[in-house]
Amino acid sequence: MHIVYPAVVAALLFSIGVYGVLARRNTILVLMSVELMLNAVNLNLVAFDVWLGDRLHSGQVLTLFVIVIAAAEVGLGLAIVLALYRNRRTVDIDHLRDLAEPPGDRPRPPGAHPDGRRERHDDEQPVQRGGGPR
Amino acid sequence: MTEAVPSYLSPTGQEIVFLLLGAVAVGSALLVVTTRQLVHAALWLVVCFGALAGGYLVLTAEFVAWVQVLIYVGAVVVLMLFGIMLTRAPIGRSADLDSGNRVVAAVVAVATAAILVTVVIDGFRTAYAPLTPGPGSARELGASVFATWVLPFEALSVLLLAALIGAIVLSRTDIPGGEPADPPDDLSRSTPPPDQTGGH
Amino acid sequence: MTTFPLLVVLLPFAAAFTGLLLSRWPHRRAALTNAHGQEEPAGHATGRAAGGTTRAAWIAILPTAAAAILAVSLAWVPGLAYFTGATAPPPTGQTYGTIGTGGIPISLVLQADALSSVIGVLVTLVALAVQVYSVGYLEDDPRYPSYSAFISLFTSAMLLVVYAGDLLVLYVGWEIMGLCSYLLIGHWWEDRGNSRAAVKAFLVTRLGDVGFLFGIFTLGTAAGSFRITDVLAKAPDMAPATLVTATMLLLAGVAGKSAQVPLHTWLPDAMAGPTPISALIHAATMVAAGIFIVARLFPAFLAAGPTLDVLAVLAALGMLGAALAALAQDDLKRVLAYSTVSQLAYMAGGLAAGSDVAAVFHLVTHGAFKALLFLCAGVVIHHVGSNLMTRMGGLRRELPITFVTMTIGFAALMGIPPTGGFFSKDGVLLAMDDALSTGVLTDAAALLLYGCALATVAVTGAYATRAWLRTFFGPPSAVALPEPEPGTAHVVDVREAPRSMLVPVILLAVPALLLGFAGEPHLDLGMAVVSVVLAALGAGLVYAFWRIDPVADPARLLGPLRVPCERAFYVDTLYAALLVRPVPALARLVVRTDDVLVDGAVRGSGRSARVLSGVLRLAQNGNVQLYVSGLLAGVLLIVVGAVMFT
Repeated sequence: MHIVYPAVVAALLFSIGVYGVLARRNTILVLMSVELMLNAVNLNLVAFDVWLGDRLHSGQVLTLFVIVIAAAEVGLGLAIVLALYRNRRTVDIDHLRDLAEPPGDRPRPPGAHPDGRRERHDDEQPVQRGGGPR
Repeated sequence: MTEAVPSYLSPTGQEIVFLLLGAVAVGSALLVVTTRQLVHAALWLVVCFGALAGGYLVLTAEFVAWVQVLIYVGAVVVLMLFGIMLTRAPIGRSADLDSGNRVVAAVVAVATAAILVTVVIDGFRTAYAPLTPGPGSARELGASVFATWVLPFEALSVLLLAALIGAIVLSRTDIPGGEPADPPDDLSRSTPPPDQTGGH
Repeated sequence: MTTFPLLVVLLPFAAAFTGLLLSRWPHRRAALTNAHGQEEPAGHATGRAAGGTTRAAWIAILPTAAAAILAVSLAWVPGLAYFTGATAPPPTGQTYGTIGTGGIPISLVLQADALSSVIGVLVTLVALAVQVYSVGYLEDDPRYPSYSAFISLFTSAMLLVVYAGDLLVLYVGWEIMGLCSYLLIGHWWEDRGNSRAAVKAFLVTRLGDVGFLFGIFTLGTAAGSFRITDVLAKAPDMAPATLVTATMLLLAGVAGKSAQVPLHTWLPDAMAGPTPISALIHAATMVAAGIFIVARLFPAFLAAGPTLDVLAVLAALGMLGAALAALAQDDLKRVLAYSTVSQLAYMAGGLAAGSDVAAVFHLVTHGAFKALLFLCAGVVIHHVGSNLMTRMGGLRRELPITFVTMTIGFAALMGIPPTGGFFSKDGVLLAMDDALSTGVLTDAAALLLYGCALATVAVTGAYATRAWLRTFFGPPSAVALPEPEPGTAHVVDVREAPRSMLVPVILLAVPALLLGFAGEPHLDLGMAVVSVVLAALGAGLVYAFWRIDPVADPARLLGPLRVPCERAFYVDTLYAALLVRPVPALARLVVRTDDVLVDGAVRGSGRSARVLSGVLRLAQNGNVQLYVSGLLAGVLLIVVGAVMFT
């Protein structure tokens, strides 16, 4: 078995996961994309374990650990998503803009309105200021 | 290991099977990130994980393959489906599953793929591993885990416990100090706002 | 004896120093506790001021008196010799060391030769009279201590000019005088017009001083020394061009300080100061300094013919124009101010005609009678409460002593025979007559000068008579103001002025009357007859007009010329249009440039930084996916770099 095959498949899977993380709006889909990336890593681990012929099977054991951790991560992630949904009634990741710099926090110079050109992506700003994700 | 690399032009049966499974996995993964239906995405994820489990089997990692099927296909995806349902996501086609970041994401992903594939091909062109059954069996792996890797294994069990408690704490609403009553305007809004602009 | 010049200079200076520092000393605590200063109750202020005023008066008067005694003793022998033409004794004085400058050293010489000892007596005596007079004139003024201290400083500076044996030392005194004139003219600075007048005096004289300083430099470098004796000794050997340049530059300073034609406009405005200050400036210090400088460096001027021509023309224009302007003024002090300009032009004309002795003699007599006139005018103004002659009239019964003394002053001004002014004016006219034949001046300049001088004699008679009649004769129209305002003199109820004001007036009347007999009278009978007849002609004309209607202003005889004369031929207006207005316009331009260009660049950089940062803020929109995209893109770039460059 050429190692290039599983390696390329893993690379492609990882890139697809990257795209999903960056492009998907629904948080659960983002979590799925993260799983894709983890699986790409798993495939690499297994393939290189086979290639190196490790007697301790460190690659495969690590794969097992990753799977377990991924399961825990999905559990926690979904719990977070559910809490988010309870608080915000949405799980769309680009509606969660608490990290944005709040507009109007400093006096604007006359004639220059750098904030004026920015759209308000989020019409729920006052609520978001009230309670962050728990 | 680098000696006598067989030609790429005469693939063995194992390689053909692996490549087919890999193609299925990549294709279903693409569908996962591009489909317009949430539930379909979860189901395509099942296909992708199944194909990967087949790939593990071909790579003689049979125990990992079964664990993949059990945990990923059996548990994780089911969890996802529960999540989808609990967040009352639309079951049918929805047009707004992609955020406005799509073009940037595509560029970054394609660049990532190009670089990774280039580097991988460049680095492991001559790597070849003859496949012999046995080393990935449950027996071998179990011996290894409980002999060499027993300490990380125990640590992992503690981690699982922590994740369990964390999930419970996050999910329950009746823990004192954990969850204030929903603000009134939160209750007044039942669906996500029809904000389709996204973008920058 | 050799230290007398230094003592004469230092005594008033010490008085100024002491007066400024110590006159209010025990009251400082009270002044501090009463933090409102100017607004404190009037009774308290006068009570407090009275003690300080008395002490300040003694501090001011005693050193001036001592300086006057010393100056007289210095002048006893050489002063008389100056006028009689006898051989002057060598100057008394000392050199107090030299200051190395890397170039031409400055020698600290104070000496009294014939000329400076004469002027020194004039300065100290007039200053003493003014100091005594001020005690009565400003007795209620809360700022009297600083005022008297400034007069002392003024006197000291003028004496430094007089006794200095080095041009740069002289220049020091010259500049201090400019400062003091600013301080004293603006004594009642609460009125904006007064402080404006002070600034105007300062700036106009400063304009001339620039030329003066460069004239000193030119002379000094040409002679290789700043000592006046060295400069005068080298003057005949200098190149004519250098000499003309230097003297022309000096002439600018002279015109500024002595209020000659191009730069005379500050002097009438300087009437905003208290009347004793006008007396001091017009008679003894400041304006005398310019004439004194020309007399001091007279050999150098004599060698520079074109400068003398310019001086003659300026003097000719100045004396007639100023006399005509004096004829039309309603303000008594402005009449006297224009008369000063006219008389100074007389002296300048005498100098231009080549007779420094006549000019200096006229300077001395003019100092006496003009100080007398101003002090008398101060008494009148004090009594009436107004400067305007339309508010005066018939004062000869109310102020008999002042009437007599002021009549003497006006007679001296007109050149009526027994007075000092008659002799000195006669001498000047004689010198101008001689200049027609001796050829010191070019013929045209000499003719113009002589003609203008004769015409001025007539006009002088006219305006002196007019002021005299309008003040002391006719129906009384004086209405005392109910309350003194800042900037006007104070109203008193007594019928005649206080003794401290009358004594100096009477004492000054003596030299004004008799000074002509001090030296050997330079009397030319024909010239005397001509001048007296001319003066009588002007006086008679005015008297005739006045007889027709005693209430109306005799200035109406000027006819259509009256308004231009009253406005002093629009010189101020011309300056305002040519110089004063462009300067604020230029300043506004600079301000706008600063605002738009300089500040605009600063503000623009700030604004552009904000705009640019606004662009950057677009990235900070809270979208986590965008952040991760940026992160991954960065990692990719690093990876590409690592792959390609390793």
